[in-house]
Amino acid sequence: MNKLDLSGVSAMPSQVWGGIRLVPLVREAPVAGLRLHHEIYRHALGAVDVGPRTRYLSYIPHGFIADWSGDGGQSAAYGTQLAGSAPTGTDCVPIRLHHGLAKRRRQKGVTEKRLRFLPLHLALEGYLALHFGGPSVIWDEWSQAAVRQGMSPRAEAAYAGWQVPGLGQALRIFELHPRQCGVLVYTADALAAAFVVPHPDDYRALHPSLIEDLYGELVHQYAFYGGPVPAFDARIGGERHIRSLADLRAAARAQERSWTENHDALMANRLLNPSYHFERVYRMGEFGLWRFLPSFGRGEPEQHIGEAICDHKGRVAYLKTFRLSEAQIRRGHLLNGLYDHDWQLNRTAQALGIDRGQLVGRIHDAGFSSLLKHGVERAGRR
Amino acid sequence: MTGTKESFADLIAAEDVLLFVNAAVTATGQREFHSRADHQRLSLSFLHEYVRVNYRSIYAAVLALDINDHNAVRIIVELLCTADEADPEQKRTEGRLIAARLAALPPQRVYRAFHALRSAKVNNRRTRAIQRDWLAARADLAHDAVKYRSALKTVARHTHNPLDGELGAFLFRPGKSTRYSDPRLDAYRRARYEQDAIYELPFTIAEGFAAKHGVPRARFLERIAPRMTRLERLRTQSTTGDTTGTTTDLTVMPLTRLALFVLSLPRAERHLRRAELTAALRASALRAAGPYAGSWGRVSAVLDDSYSSYGSGVKRRRPLAVALGAHFLLEALAGSYGAHWTSGGRDPLMVRPWGPSPLGSRVLDALEDSPERLVIVSDGFDNAPPGLAGEVLRVWRTRLDPERRTSIVHLNPVYDAEGFDVRRLAPSVPTAGIRDAEDLAALVEIAQFTEGRTGLPELLAYLDRRTERFLTAQKADRKADRKALQQHRQRTDQQSNQPGDQQGDQSSSRKADQGKGGR
Repeated sequence: MNKLDLSGVSAMPSQVWGGIRLVPLVREAPVAGLRLHHEIYRHALGAVDVGPRTRYLSYIPHGFIADWSGDGGQSAAYGTQLAGSAPTGTDCVPIRLHHGLAKRRRQKGVTEKRLRFLPLHLALEGYLALHFGGPSVIWDEWSQAAVRQGMSPRAEAAYAGWQVPGLGQALRIFELHPRQCGVLVYTADALAAAFVVPHPDDYRALHPSLIEDLYGELVHQYAFYGGPVPAFDARIGGERHIRSLADLRAAARAQERSWTENHDALMANRLLNPSYHFERVYRMGEFGLWRFLPSFGRGEPEQHIGEAICDHKGRVAYLKTFRLSEAQIRRGHLLNGLYDHDWQLNRTAQALGIDRGQLVGRIHDAGFSSLLKHGVERAGRR
Repeated sequence: MTGTKESFADLIAAEDVLLFVNAAVTATGQREFHSRADHQRLSLSFLHEYVRVNYRSIYAAVLALDINDHNAVRIIVELLCTADEADPEQKRTEGRLIAARLAALPPQRVYRAFHALRSAKVNNRRTRAIQRDWLAARADLAHDAVKYRSALKTVARHTHNPLDGELGAFLFRPGKSTRYSDPRLDAYRRARYEQDAIYELPFTIAEGFAAKHGVPRARFLERIAPRMTRLERLRTQSTTGDTTGTTTDLTVMPLTRLALFVLSLPRAERHLRRAELTAALRASALRAAGPYAGSWGRVSAVLDDSYSSYGSGVKRRRPLAVALGAHFLLEALAGSYGAHWTSGGRDPLMVRPWGPSPLGSRVLDALEDSPERLVIVSDGFDNAPPGLAGEVLRVWRTRLDPERRTSIVHLNPVYDAEGFDVRRLAPSVPTAGIRDAEDLAALVEIAQFTEGRTGLPELLAYLDRRTERFLTAQKADRKADRKALQQHRQRTDQQSNQPGDQQGDQSSSRKADQGKGGR
């Protein structure tokens, strides 16, 4: 599995407000056997409100990973749970209590049930934990701190949805489609986030939560500086051939279809086509919870991280993505480069096509100065 | 050369006027679904000033149209504030229009206008005379003195009107008199210490005294019921959980009010009371249709019940209520009628504001019935896909129906602050703003002007006609009112126990109805 398979989901005409474009995604039929539940957070003690005959799978996206690609690839998803029946509760409650409270303080704490739904947590942890363990081979240049603690503490900044100009209004006036199961958010016509759920009712309940999500710096800048985007009004051409109402209806249908096709090919191409590095976090029945990272290749301007629940055929039932900014892509690229070459500066520099001094400069610029010993830079510059 | 120049100026003038009429019908300076209240107010203020400065006589003449109360008050205040810009002839017409409009406005609106005049420090002889005349025509000033106490006091003070006798004492020297001969004034005095007296007061005033005496809400509402106006009764009906509908007769309500009330009910209750509500809506629509009932031939309607028809927290479900009202009115007007809701629903009573607005395909569905008239009631935000309705209408006009067998009109209940107008679907389709579904027939008339095929002279002639009709209708009304007033005064001399405001509010809405029937 290396691609996002959004079959069964089709794009409907976009709704534009200022620089924000929202493209509704509609499912022909809801995904059977999976629901995203948000009421699960009603009680702090984790009593999951799932009836005996209700086959909801509930997903609490609290990915918290201590060490990932460090030693032996140990990864754990504390507090992350995908359950077919009522979960016992006890195995996730301690983590959730601790976690939820911490998050609630950070966010504004008004709509507490939704605030505690931290859907991008897993994906972001995945990105933050990229080579979190630090250098696997202790070359001379790496500092003691890097060897002992790895990348810790590792931080990235993001904006909450309500800080993105215009997004709140665009989400408020958005008119949901009857079978809508997802949305693509564009700012200044750059894909900012994708959100797909298995069932229309889930989407209706979770639509406002988009305002509480995290968005990258790039998204915020585009929304802030970007002007209004065009609405792509329908145009019926070739009027000469329209002789009856049926012709007119056919032409109108063609307009609706052409939008869907053009959208998938032109606008969502960069999300759907690249291959991702998928990591399965949890497995439950025929579904699997995955998180994915992009290739971090240079020259690809649009890269997304995210998390997804896929069925056994790889079709996406739940999807949430976060668009990385340029700097974040560069950092990922750098860490991947180091890892691929056993954290050896010279070989990495060679592979990246730069000299050692430039590589050291890049490590500093990326905010990883603490990984390097003092004096390495000078040696590099010499 | 000059001819084209003139006609170009005429064209712009006609456009400006229609723009303003649309705004004056729809805009209330309140929050809408798509724009905030301050945007609405800013946009509307600009329009008022622009039209007042450039087309003053038209600005005044708009008072004769079915514009909403907010804009009527605004126009009256602005005309009085800038009276020095008008020549004597204009002043005379303005004076008549203002007096006629004030008589048709609900009293609280008029008091608000007078308050605005005071804030603007407008206090000349003409303004004072206008206010004095309005006060003199009030059926029951004692009732106003109780219900609009501070407002009346402000007006009296501003217009140097001493309000002789008890009224003056009641307003300006409270607590001095040990008893008043007018029962309302006396009830107000007694209500401070006597619980029974509060049930002789108007509802809003009694509410305060009830709270002071700690009267349980349920008991209070039960006993005050005869003193409530119709709207107050409807409003409290839902809070008290009284769903029997015994207190109010729905069939006498104006159509849009009734539609708003129906939409405020939960769907389960609408289902339970289906027969009653449908009958009331039909009766109200028939009354609004008046002599035109059944005269419109084959009619199709595209009605917007998308999410945006929710309106906003302050204008809750207004666009949807207009659509619902229009549905029943068109049903009454048409010979054969087909409705197409954007959601695809078939049951008008169960509509709710939800889903996208695929206006394009609904217009196609409606044209399929090959109607003589197509009426679209929508806020003009066409988004599934955007602009398709406009394209369909354009191609229909240019390719399929160039000889205009079908007359199409778009009625828009929402003022678009950014465009200074209501949003249009297509340039070839006449568009008019709509506030109350009852005005639909008159608005269809106005909408023909927005197509750009009729020029400024026709428009001006139309405005003149409407002005004349408005003034004569008001004059007749006032004559009737004066008679009623005399009778009322005679009656109150014998036993004065009438809840006057209820009468006042209803008489003004009745007047509006009569005005429409005459057209």
